Amino acid sequence: MSKVIRVVTLTIDDQEVTGREDETILTVARQHDIDIPTLCFLEGLSGWGSCRICLVAVEGVPKLLPACMTYCSEGMVVHTENEQIKAYRKSILELLFSERNHICSVCVSNGACELQALAQKCGMDHVSLPYRFPSYEVDSSHNLFRNDHNRCVLCTRCIRVCDEIEGAHVWDLADRGINAHVISDLNAPWGDSETCTNCGKCVQVCPTGALVQKGTAVAEMHKRRAFLPYLNAMRGNHG
Amino acid sequence: MTPDELMDVAQGLQEKDASIPNHVRVCTAASCLSLKSDELAKQIKAELKEVGKDKDTKVRCVGCMGLCSAGPLVSVEAEDQKPVMYQKVTVENAPQIAESVASGKKVKDLVCDTDSPFFARQQKIVLENSGIIDADDINDYIANDGYQALMTAISEMQPNEVLDEITKSGLRGRGGAGFPTGLKWNMLAKTPSDTKYIICNADEGDPGAFMDRAILESDPHRILEGMALAAYATGATEGFIYVRAEYPLAIKRLKTAIRLATKNNFLGSNIGGTKFSFSIDIRLGAGAFVCGEETALIASIEGKRGQPRPRPPFPAEKGLWGQPTSINNVETLANVAPIVRKGGEWFASIGTNKSKGTKVFALAGKINNTGLIEVPMGLSLREIVFDIGGGIPDGQEFKAVQTGGPSGGCLPEEHLDMGVDYDSLRTAGSIMGSGGMIVMDKTSNMVDVARFFMEFCMSESCGKCIPCRVGTYQMHELLNRIAEGEGTMEDLAKLEELCEVVANTSLCGLGQTSPNPVRSTLRYFRHEYLELIDGKHIPAGAGQEVAS
Amino acid sequence: MSDTATKIKVATIWIDGCSGCHMSFLDIDERILELAPHIDMVYGPLVDLKEIPEGLDLVIVEGAVANDADLHHVLELRKKSKFMIALGDCAVSGNVPSMRNPIGQKDCFERAYFENADTGQQIPTNGVPALLKNAIPVHQAVKVDLFIQGCPPPADAIFFVLSELVAGRVPDPTKVTRFGA
Repeated sequence: MSKVIRVVTLTIDDQEVTGREDETILTVARQHDIDIPTLCFLEGLSGWGSCRICLVAVEGVPKLLPACMTYCSEGMVVHTENEQIKAYRKSILELLFSERNHICSVCVSNGACELQALAQKCGMDHVSLPYRFPSYEVDSSHNLFRNDHNRCVLCTRCIRVCDEIEGAHVWDLADRGINAHVISDLNAPWGDSETCTNCGKCVQVCPTGALVQKGTAVAEMHKRRAFLPYLNAMRGNHG
Repeated sequence: MTPDELMDVAQGLQEKDASIPNHVRVCTAASCLSLKSDELAKQIKAELKEVGKDKDTKVRCVGCMGLCSAGPLVSVEAEDQKPVMYQKVTVENAPQIAESVASGKKVKDLVCDTDSPFFARQQKIVLENSGIIDADDINDYIANDGYQALMTAISEMQPNEVLDEITKSGLRGRGGAGFPTGLKWNMLAKTPSDTKYIICNADEGDPGAFMDRAILESDPHRILEGMALAAYATGATEGFIYVRAEYPLAIKRLKTAIRLATKNNFLGSNIGGTKFSFSIDIRLGAGAFVCGEETALIASIEGKRGQPRPRPPFPAEKGLWGQPTSINNVETLANVAPIVRKGGEWFASIGTNKSKGTKVFALAGKINNTGLIEVPMGLSLREIVFDIGGGIPDGQEFKAVQTGGPSGGCLPEEHLDMGVDYDSLRTAGSIMGSGGMIVMDKTSNMVDVARFFMEFCMSESCGKCIPCRVGTYQMHELLNRIAEGEGTMEDLAKLEELCEVVANTSLCGLGQTSPNPVRSTLRYFRHEYLELIDGKHIPAGAGQEVAS
Repeated sequence: MSDTATKIKVATIWIDGCSGCHMSFLDIDERILELAPHIDMVYGPLVDLKEIPEGLDLVIVEGAVANDADLHHVLELRKKSKFMIALGDCAVSGNVPSMRNPIGQKDCFERAYFENADTGQQIPTNGVPALLKNAIPVHQAVKVDLFIQGCPPPADAIFFVLSELVAGRVPDPTKVTRFGA
């Protein structure tokens, strides 16, 4: 017996909209052309809720909620942006830019990077915090792809696509806090991975220039994600 | 077994115990055990044999007696004598203890004054068996009303009646946030599912807090009974105790307790011959502080990386393996059996208007009596620190008390007369937390204190969300600069801005509350930050004079 | 503002950068004639003057602060001017000059003056300013009032920002440029 899914009416930015109760605020907002910025979210992968960029205010709830993981309910009143949320998004981007070495001008993803676009969209014009300037390695051991940890934002899209779509689970996180980083297999060089199928899905879903195709020069890396909705549709997955 | 049959068994055990004229109890909880109190117990037994008193003396290894700073503690009830407690007892003192049992004369040099406020001002519910019973002996628990509540509940009460008693009691979660336990269980009870879980959160990790450890080491059956009652009230079938691996003694005693409770059919299938079945397993935490957060704890039990996930959905709807789950702290569960046994109204008569019952605190830091205390909610900080805690050692002056661990705050002298409960602490800028209480004297530098807790949060952040992962790092850097005398007013402004961002945008409680020590020290000791920024770096302790 | 008596006094400086931002500034081409009546270029790589004049209205900084001389210059410029713009990614974020920071000074010197030098292997110390430990964005040395991202910022963006400023408005450059643009 399948569970009955109700259709609910809610208000997003003064607009009355309808959505299914198994849909998130983000999904319903986008269906109605209401824009909410995101970073770790990617349609077709499970929700993660870690980047906090899509935080929205829901009336009656004291805390801001991630639009990507909060389900619609009847009568919900959502505000996707106010001065406070705008300021928080900027601050979060500043924190992210200060964490690793995101130098857009010499990045193969320059011009096609979600982090770069997000900074512009949110008006993050400079990082007021000291940069960490950490020293991260670039893993070029794979024949086709490269992993530049300096440009990783730990959104875990690579981990999720490899686990949920490809079924290989090459990627995972090691260590914690500021030292958390993505590893392949049990911290082996990517090129030595016994589980990697060379499918490149992780590269295509990576929002930045962290996972890229080899042989690309500055601004040449454009990600192709058409496979994701296609595979999900073929497999009968919803969202 | 019916409740009456259990009562008979208990009575039999009590009579048997009463027939033994002398009782010696040696604390073998972690603190005293670290001073080799287990050997002391053995030696006392041997010496009793020497003086021919081994046959009519029962020597028990018991749980925490509270005054850890005076350990190892030994209590002696010799025939027809008033019970006496001895402090700082070493193996060499064993003959004197044995002699005192034989002669009925006190060992004067070792007497610990139990009429002192430390003992006299406490009120014990959670710790009522601590220091009295042998944790590894289920009969000791049964003789002290153990499993009465469970047997009565499952054979004479409906689940909702048990729920009602908990709701009526006003019991709130003792793990930190103070969420009403009755409400939490109601949510679980109302969520339809064939499989529901009860999890005991024993991942105690606040620096300076050891309440849960003491409860588990001293009275493990109380937790099992509390969990079984929770399961009966909510329709759960399986329980897990998530306990940190750094508590080997607690784990050992829990394992013994589960084995004995299962053998005696207080756990397992068709408990006490009823339809109610409930089993408990132990899962060990590997030392990550964030695993005390309920969704991270669930992930850890599932064998995944210990990381939180956004709520809602709350565990009561979707918890362990997607099933409805209630997660309760050790101390919360320790209150359950007494509430069911004596009624919710009895519990609600203790404490304050909105914070019922008692609270166990771990006193640590610059205080004379370090150890574990249980006091009714609403007792003032002054009574706790100066009466029960015995004040500040080395003739120093009180400066602040830190409550709630890394999520809490530092309260200054002006709050000493505040009654301690969930709401007053929150209003003052701290939290109840799990019950750690670290006292600081005038030699403490509050910027250093804030930096210490920020470093803790930074290294314990799981790294999942950006505000906590990078925010705690950046706040720690700013605190470093200020503490080293290199900070500027811009740094201070940035620090306060980050406090707000991290508090309001972090995914879980760890990040959300990580700015609290900074915020409370800025609220009450802002001059200490400003002095460092002005370049007038003066040694801690002289801070007050310069400010005024 | 078009009156020559009220022309704003502008200085530009090229510190640790590639001069690309100045080039991009020149790329506004004939539109410079629209700005010329409003601004008086008094100091910079485009002006032959050794001392920084007093009473500046606007300073445009290209490049990161990477050595003693850079630091000295921005401090002095900040003191003498009312408004400071960080022009381009090096000035705004450290950009390429900051790529040496994770590597450390010692290894950088080693690479530049020994491994890659065929003759005369030595670290230059005479007549060159000492490197700072890290190449930092300008705002980490002095207060900056406006940030124009880009490597280099497009000429259109530079023209937009300057024409807004001469019109007495403070624009939001993120509307017309971005990091790495």
